[in-house]
Amino acid sequence: MMSRRFEIVVDGRPIAATGDRTLAAALLNAGIVRFRTSVTGEARAPLCGMGSCFECRVRVNGVAHQRACLLVCEEGMIVETES
Amino acid sequence: MNGADPVAMTAVYDVAVVGGGPAGLAAAACAAEHGARVVAIDQGARPGGQVWRHAHRNHLPALGREWIQRCDRSGARWLPGAAVVDGSARDGLVVVQRAESFLVRARHIVIATGARELFLPFPGWTLPNVLGLGGAKALLDAGMTVRGRRVVIAGTGPLLFAVAATMARAGAHVAAVAEQAPRLRVARFAASLLRHPGKMLQGARYRATFARTRFRPGTWISRAEGTGRLERVVLTNGERTWTEPCDLLCCSYGLVPNTDLARLLGCTVNDGVVKVDEHQRTSDPCIYCAGEPTGVAGDTAALVEGEIAGRCAADDATLQKGSPLYVARDRWRRFTTDLAAAFHPRGELLERPDAGTIVCRCEDVRCGGIDPRWTGRQAKLYTRIGMGPCQGAVCGPACHLLFGFAPGSTRPPLAAPPLAALLPDLPDCTKL
Repeated sequence: MMSRRFEIVVDGRPIAATGDRTLAAALLNAGIVRFRTSVTGEARAPLCGMGSCFECRVRVNGVAHQRACLLVCEEGMIVETES
Repeated sequence: MNGADPVAMTAVYDVAVVGGGPAGLAAAACAAEHGARVVAIDQGARPGGQVWRHAHRNHLPALGREWIQRCDRSGARWLPGAAVVDGSARDGLVVVQRAESFLVRARHIVIATGARELFLPFPGWTLPNVLGLGGAKALLDAGMTVRGRRVVIAGTGPLLFAVAATMARAGAHVAAVAEQAPRLRVARFAASLLRHPGKMLQGARYRATFARTRFRPGTWISRAEGTGRLERVVLTNGERTWTEPCDLLCCSYGLVPNTDLARLLGCTVNDGVVKVDEHQRTSDPCIYCAGEPTGVAGDTAALVEGEIAGRCAADDATLQKGSPLYVARDRWRRFTTDLAAAFHPRGELLERPDAGTIVCRCEDVRCGGIDPRWTGRQAKLYTRIGMGPCQGAVCGPACHLLFGFAPGSTRPPLAAPPLAALLPDLPDCTKL
C-alpha cells in the first residue's frame, strides 16, 4: 500500500516525502548528511534511529531540537537543519 | 485504542504498562483480556516498539501484526507519542504527550521499556552514515532507501544477520559482515540454538538472504574514514587490516537494558538488569517488569515475560507455577546467558581508543580529555561528558566499560518535556 506523496521544505528546498516515513528517513533519502553541527563543528546525522541519541535533531515548524527519527512527515512541514 | 483525554487520565487504572514493544503489548493485551482496566504508555507513534516498528501494518511480520491486533481488541487504552518523565508507584506516573502532561494512576505498573544499543567509540564513529545496527533497521522500517548503496555490517550478535538480511532485501550491496566474537564463540552459540529451533531457522533464512557476502567472525572495526561523511571503514582481524569502501556502516555491540524508569521508581537493579521474581514482580510488589530490562533475550522471550507480567498484574489466579508459560520463560532466561557468553565485547574493543576519538557525541568530549583515575562524577563535572541532550544514554554504557565509571543517578525528568506541557495554565500577565 503506497502512502500519498507530498513535499516538505528543508532549508528552503522542497524534498519528496510520504506520510508513512519519518522525517529522518526523508532527509537521508534526499542526501542530507548534516542534520546538525556538533559543538566543535562536525556534521552529525542519525545514529540510533529510535530517539535516544539526539543526533538527528532539527528545527521543525520553528520548534528547535526536534528528533527527526521520531517525527512522521506531514504535509507543509518546514524543516531547518541546525547547520 | 484511542487518543488522550487529559481529564480521564487521572482515573485509577488497574494496570499501567510503560512501553509498547513485544513485552508491553503482551502485558497490556493479557492484562486487559483478564478483566483489568489497562492503559499503555508508549513513546512511538504506533504500537510495536523497535522490533515491530512499521510504516504500515501490512509491512509487519505475522507475529507482530497478531499481537498489535490482539492488543487493539483487548480494550487496553493506548497512549502513543507519550513519555513517563517522573512519578512513583503510589502517586502515579507523570506522562507527557505532545504539549500536555497528566498523571496516570494505576494499582500496578508494568515496566516494559526495552533496550537500546551499546555503542563503543572508534575513530570516525561520529561521521554521518555511521549508524547503529538497530538504528539502521529502525530507519529502514521508517522508510530509508538503500538501493544500490554499499553497506558494511559490523559489531556483534544476532542483529548482524537480521540487519544484513534486511539491507540485502532492500537492494543494498552488503560488502562485508564482520562479527567481533571469535569463531569458536560463534560456533558454540550456533550449537546452543538447537534448543531454540525457531531462532536457528530464522538465522538460516537471514544468512540465505545475504549468501553472497562472506561472514567474518573474529573481525572488528579499526576506524571509519571520510570527509564530512563516511567513505570507507578499516577492518581488522588482529593479524591483517584492510579497507572496505562503503556508503553506510551499521555497527553496535549488543543491547543495554533501559532501566531508568525502574530505578526512578525505586526497583532494585543489579548489574544493569531489573531484579524480578518468578511472577516478573520487581522489588516493589506493585511493579512488574518484562522483556529486555530483566536481561536481553529478544522478542520471543519478551512476549512470554509480558504475558506473565500482564496476567499477574491483573491478579489472574489461574496462572500457576509450573504452567507452560513459566517453563518457556525459564528456557529463554538461558538464552540470555548464551547470548552474553557468545557476544561480549573482545578485549581489543575495551581498550581505550586514541586521544582524539570523541566519546561523548553531545558535548564532543574526546577520549584524551578524560583522566581514567577520575570517578564518573568527576569526569562529568570537569568535561561535561554525559550532560548533553542524550544524558549519557549513548556514552554512559561505553564509559562504564572503558573507564569503569559507575552509572549516574536517575533523576526526573527522564526525558526533557516542553515546559508548556508541565505548566499548562500560566496566567497572562495582563490578567494579573
